[in-house]
Amino acid sequence: MDMIDYPDGEQFSPGHVACAGCAEALSLRVILNTLGADAIAVVPPSCTAVICGGYPLSSVSIPVQHTTLESAAASASGVKRSLNALGKTNTTVVCLAGDGGTYDIGLQALSSAAERNEDILYVCFDNEGYMNTGGQKSSSTPLNAITGSTPAGKLSRKKNLVEILAAHRIPYIATCSPAHLSDMSAKIKKAASIRGTKVIMVIIPCLPGWGVADDAAVKTARMAVDSGVFPLYEVEDGVDYTMTIDTRNQSVNAYLKQQKRYRNLSDKNISDIQADVDKEWEYLLGRARK
Amino acid sequence: MKEKQNLQLLSGNHAVSWGVKLARPHVAPLYPITPQTPILEKLTEFHSQGELDAELLTPESEHSAMSACVAASLTGARVFTATSSQGLLLMHELLHYASGARAPIVMFNVNRTPGSPWAFWPDQIDSLSQRDTGWIKMYSESPQESLDTVIQAFRIAEKLALPLMISHDAFYVSHAVEPVELPQQELVDNFLPAYNPELRLDTSLGQSFGAPIDQATWNRSRREAGEAMARVENEVLETGKAWGELTGRSYAALENYRTEAADTIIVTMGSMCGTVRDAVDALRDQGTAVGLLKVRQFRPLPVQTLRDSLAGIPSVLVLDRNYSPGMGGILHQELKSALFGMRDAPRVHGLLAGVGGVNVSSNKIQQLVAEYADAKPSNDSVWVE
Repeated sequence: MDMIDYPDGEQFSPGHVACAGCAEALSLRVILNTLGADAIAVVPPSCTAVICGGYPLSSVSIPVQHTTLESAAASASGVKRSLNALGKTNTTVVCLAGDGGTYDIGLQALSSAAERNEDILYVCFDNEGYMNTGGQKSSSTPLNAITGSTPAGKLSRKKNLVEILAAHRIPYIATCSPAHLSDMSAKIKKAASIRGTKVIMVIIPCLPGWGVADDAAVKTARMAVDSGVFPLYEVEDGVDYTMTIDTRNQSVNAYLKQQKRYRNLSDKNISDIQADVDKEWEYLLGRARK
Repeated sequence: MKEKQNLQLLSGNHAVSWGVKLARPHVAPLYPITPQTPILEKLTEFHSQGELDAELLTPESEHSAMSACVAASLTGARVFTATSSQGLLLMHELLHYASGARAPIVMFNVNRTPGSPWAFWPDQIDSLSQRDTGWIKMYSESPQESLDTVIQAFRIAEKLALPLMISHDAFYVSHAVEPVELPQQELVDNFLPAYNPELRLDTSLGQSFGAPIDQATWNRSRREAGEAMARVENEVLETGKAWGELTGRSYAALENYRTEAADTIIVTMGSMCGTVRDAVDALRDQGTAVGLLKVRQFRPLPVQTLRDSLAGIPSVLVLDRNYSPGMGGILHQELKSALFGMRDAPRVHGLLAGVGGVNVSSNKIQQLVAEYADAKPSNDSVWVE
């Protein structure tokens, strides 16, 4: 059993409005407690913006700047530069964004911040769609997944954002899962210790958006890792790949079968997805071996 | 009159950069666009030479530049940026955001025609189409005024917690070179109080900005912004007066030029004012009683001062270097609205003069004054050929 071992510094309060059983709230709790009190968050519209709470309440102890959907990385740059100018250089500035605000509309600002190597930590809670607006496809939505804007299943594959970010040669990129919280905490701690642009991608199975049971978010995240659909790894300086877990112990079948967004998959669809995951897995292992 | 000191030949844009340097901003996100770019390049030059101690960012778009401005301002920094035309339009979403967040950013905009079709000429529709975004909006006529206004802008914006946009016209002001008096750093340091906002993103305070709110609180946020707007004209006057005591150059929301006992007053903004002054001088020499009322502060529109200034004047000519299709010249419409219901209201003639950067000469203005002296005004703005 992977027991989480981290001090709860009361950075994230109960009573927030995440869906019951949401793995994003769980991840937020670990991330915020790992970062501690000397941090400022920048949050674009997303589930996190709602979970952080409506005025005058806040479930988050650190200051939050709620910004526009495409602006997280630019806003975080502004906060960080302002802190630098005012002599507060040690404060961590962390973006807490969704995949719509990262893969899609926020990618331009994120690419520019990464190019400037701004000293920010960017966390993307990747639930593979615009789940806060009721579940439409983003460029993170995988092939064949049914969403509100792809009722017959998405016709194109999920964007590989880690590779795009790696091409910027930023110092640190890592993937995390709410089924591996000690690993998440360790990666956040490592990222916060590095100067420059750091990006953490967290897979978040969305209960209503993916159509999984209320108690199945963490289990689904674990299956995503165990099947190799969402591998856990790190990329340092854009070229040094390290697998956090370099083995797979199950096929994609069980992972897909328990999600209603994949309810229309044919056997051919499933075998095509398996072939693609196998190919991507080998490619990733190849990168890590070099 | 004070003797002018420390004169330098500067373009309007470089005068802006000098003003910014003297105001000592902490953060300046900058993105290039013609004809604003000389402002950016002079600032990056100052920075590389160690003469400007600020955090400069060069993001990938004006949208990100303004996003960074808002965030930096809310973190407690004095913030400046500059843009023009398309860039200002790309910022539109964040302009609302900045004023809603009460971030006292100072921005300089160089008025330029937006596409389509592509053009790079002086026209004020770029900034006027941002009329309702909640920014204080000022228009400058000359390089000296642009420098002076940038410095005053930080004092006004930061005092009222409102963002402030100053515009000058492409090329006529942005690239025209004239002798500009550079104030001493010490004078500016004494004039501009340090920016130290009570509300800011600060881990020792824990305050957040912009969280979702209910209807009544959103409603209240705009009422409070309106209350701050209601204090702008007086602040512009007080600040302009204080600047005048130090430099000999005073400013207010409006400026009257030779309006005494005028039969006709020309109302306009920006570089057109210089040409109108020339036309007024020529007409006064011929015995025609004409004056200029220059609108320096467009938002908030100084309604009562406009009414007081134009009460009893027989005829007013509004020269609009902008066009709102389906409605006409924006200053024309604004002025009619400001004067509505006045017993002794003037006849208001709205003239679309110089739209797209078309040249409007002093002679042309003199002809227009004669043509419209006794004419019945049309409700619509009229194109000047």
